[in-house]
Amino acid sequence: MKVKKGTSRRSAYNLQSLYGDEIETHTLAVIVDNEAGVLARVIGLFSGRGYNIESLTVAEIDHQGHRSRITVVTTGTPAVIEQIKAQLGRLVPVHDVKDLTVEGPSVERELALIKVAGKGDMRAEALRAAEVFRVKVVDSTLESFVFEITGAPEKIDAFTEMMRPLGLVEIARTGVAAIMRGK
Amino acid sequence: MTRQLTGAQIVVKVLKDQGVDVVFGYPGGAVLPIYDEIFKQNDIKHVLVRHEQGATHAAEGYARATGKPGVVLVTSGPGATNAVTGMTDALMDSIPMVVLTGQVPTFMIGNDAFQEADTVGITRPCTKHNWLVRETDNLAQTMHQAFHVATSGRPGPVLVDIPKDVQFANGNYINPAKANKGHYSPRVKGDIEQITALVNLIENAEKPIIYSGGGVINSGPAASALLRELANSTKFPVTSTLMGLGAYPASSDQWLGMLGMHGTYEANMAMHGCDLMINVGARFDDRITGVVSAFSPNSKKAHIDIDPSSINKVITVDVPIIGDCGHVLEDLLKIWKSRGRKTQAGSVQKWWNQLKEWRAVNCLSFEQKGNIIKPQYALQRLEALTKKHDRYVTTEVGQHQMWAAQFMDFNDPNRWMTSGGLGTMGYGFPASIGVQMAHPKSLVINVAGEASWLMNMQELGTAIQYRLPVKQFILNNERLGMVRQWQELLHGERYSSSWSEALPDFVKLAEAFGAKGIQVQDPADLDEAIIEMINYEGPVVFDCQVEKHENCFPMIPSGKAHNEMLLGDASTEGAIEASGAVMV
Repeated sequence: MKVKKGTSRRSAYNLQSLYGDEIETHTLAVIVDNEAGVLARVIGLFSGRGYNIESLTVAEIDHQGHRSRITVVTTGTPAVIEQIKAQLGRLVPVHDVKDLTVEGPSVERELALIKVAGKGDMRAEALRAAEVFRVKVVDSTLESFVFEITGAPEKIDAFTEMMRPLGLVEIARTGVAAIMRGK
Repeated sequence: MTRQLTGAQIVVKVLKDQGVDVVFGYPGGAVLPIYDEIFKQNDIKHVLVRHEQGATHAAEGYARATGKPGVVLVTSGPGATNAVTGMTDALMDSIPMVVLTGQVPTFMIGNDAFQEADTVGITRPCTKHNWLVRETDNLAQTMHQAFHVATSGRPGPVLVDIPKDVQFANGNYINPAKANKGHYSPRVKGDIEQITALVNLIENAEKPIIYSGGGVINSGPAASALLRELANSTKFPVTSTLMGLGAYPASSDQWLGMLGMHGTYEANMAMHGCDLMINVGARFDDRITGVVSAFSPNSKKAHIDIDPSSINKVITVDVPIIGDCGHVLEDLLKIWKSRGRKTQAGSVQKWWNQLKEWRAVNCLSFEQKGNIIKPQYALQRLEALTKKHDRYVTTEVGQHQMWAAQFMDFNDPNRWMTSGGLGTMGYGFPASIGVQMAHPKSLVINVAGEASWLMNMQELGTAIQYRLPVKQFILNNERLGMVRQWQELLHGERYSSSWSEALPDFVKLAEAFGAKGIQVQDPADLDEAIIEMINYEGPVVFDCQVEKHENCFPMIPSGKAHNEMLLGDASTEGAIEASGAVMV
C-alpha cells in the first residue's frame, strides 16, 4: 500500500501499536520547497501543536529545484510521532516526510566546534583526548584549541563531557543531518 | 499568449477567470489600485461590509451555500488582522476561502510603515497556506495556485498578500489553464483494500451506525446522494455532526438526529452501543466523543477522511480510508453491490428495535406553558412556519445554536451554516449576508442570541445597502446562555459577567438602520410575528424575548461518556467532576 505524501511505512495504513505510551526519539527528513517562510511554517507547526524539537537543521539541497531538506529530531509517543508526520505532510510546501528511525538503517552525523582553554598538563590532556576521538584541531594558540568533531550526536556528547574538566569554554553544534543507508 | 497588465488588473482578471462573482471587502490605502479596477468593471460585484471580520464570515456563508470559494479583499494592517478570526474559523470548519490583503510597498516592508503588519506571519497558523507576492509577474500564478489550494483536498482559507507597488507595476498574465499549480494535489481515491475491509464489516455488522460530518457536504452534492444510497440500501441508522446536518435528510426514518454534547439521546446511545461505526467525513471532535477513554468501547471503527492527519488523531480506528468521501462512497457501494448487497438484516432489525426504544425517551421534549416563550418553542414554530420555504439557516454560537440544530430539520446539504470548530460568536449575521448574496430569492434566517448578534450587528448597514432581506431571529434571554448554563453546572451558580445589561431596544435599533424590527413576548403572538417576518421584503430584526434561565439538554457533561447524558434539569447537580471541569 503506497501512500505518497506525508506518510511513511508507519502510516495510518499500517497500524502498529499506537497505544504505547513510551516516548520515542525519531529523526525526520522533510523535503520542502525552498520558499520564504517555509522554516517558520515547520517550526510554527511544532510549537503551535506542542511537539518537541530536539535538533533541527535546514539547508538548500537543490538550488535549481528550490528544494531544502529539514532534518528534525523529535520525541513523542508513537501516536504523537504519527501525528507529527501527518501534520508535516499536509503543509503545502512539503514534498516528502521520511521517518529515518523506522524506514530502515540510516546514518546520522553532526558537526561541533569546541573551544578549550588551558595550560600545561590540562592542555596536553585535552589534545591527547582529541586524538583518541579522532578530532581535528582547526585553531590553536598557546592557551587554547578549537576542535572540530564530526560524528553521531552521542559521540559529540561524550567528547564534550570529557572536555568539561579540561577547560571547555564554548560549544557550537550544527544539529543532526541524517540519510538512509543503502541505495 | 501573455500580455502586460498592472498588478491590480491582474487581480481582477484572475478573479473573473476563476469564476468569482462576489467579493466581500473593505477598502483602504494599500488596496486602492485594486478597488480602482473593481470600479471600472461590472462582472464582479463587491459587497462593502462594515468590518473586515464581517467580510470573512460573509465569504464563509457564501462558500457553504454554494460550494464555491468565498473571496475577501481587505487592506493591510488592521484590515488583515481583523480578518484573522474569520480565517481561523474557516480553517477549523474546512471552508474554502481566498483572502486578498493589501500590503505596504515592498521597499517599505519591515520599516514599521503606516498600516504595516506582518500579515503572512500573523496568518501562517490560521490559513492552509499564504503567500507574499513580491513581483507582479508572479501575481497571476500565485493567485491561481491560491484558488487551487483553497479548494483541493480538505478545503480551507488561503491568503495572498499584495504590496501596493506590485499592484501598480506591470506584469504578465497567465490564465488558469496555464498556471503551474505546484505539487499540491491530495489524493481523492481511497485504498481499495481498505474499502473492501469496510465492506466486510458492513456485511457482518449487527449494530451499525453511520456517523457523517462536514466532509460529506464539502465533497459536494454527489457525496450526499451516495451517503443516502448507502444508508437507504443497508437500512443502517444515520447520525451527523453539527457541520454535517443536511447531508442525510432529517425527514428520513433512519435519521437519529445530531450526536455529541447536545445531540440526541438515541444518537449518542447508538454511538456508544454500536458494533460498527462508519465515520464519513467527520473528525472525532471533542464535542462528539465525550471522554475518549470510554468512547464507543465495543465497536469496530472505520474512518473516511481526505486529511491523513485526521486519522488516528483522537480515536484509533480499525479501517482508515484516506480519500474524498464522494469517491470512497462510490467505490464502497460498487464493491458492496458486486458482492451481493449483503447485510445482517435480521440483526440490524433488532438493533432498530433498540434504537426505537431510545428514541421513545423523547429527549428533546419540553413544556411550553404560561406566558413566557420557551426558546425551544420559538424554534419549533420557526421550523414549522418556514420548512416549506426555500430556506437557508445560519446561526451564531451558544444555546440558540444547539437548539437550532435540535429543532430545525435539514433535508439537503448546503442549507445550514454554523461556526462549529472555532465557535465564533458574531458569525451568523455576516454569514447570512453571504448566503443571501448567493441566493437572493431564498429565505435566509440567522438564528441568534442577543449577545452573539451584537458582536457583528454593524452589518445591518450592509444588509440595508445591498437590499438583502436577511431575517435575524434573535432568541433574547438577556444572558450569555451557554456561559450561564456552565456556571450553573460548574461554578456554584456564580453568574460572573454572563448577563447582558444595557441591551439596546432591538426594534428601534433596526429602525435606525432602516430595517424592520419586531418584538414578541407572548407565545400567543409568536406565529403571527414569524409570518410577518417572513413576508416582509427587507431585513428584519426579530427580538424574541424568551425564558431567561432555560438550559440546553440533553447534554453530555464534559469528562463523561455518551451513555452518561443528562436529560433534564433534575439531574444536573454534581454532574461534572473535577477532572471534567478542566475541559471546555
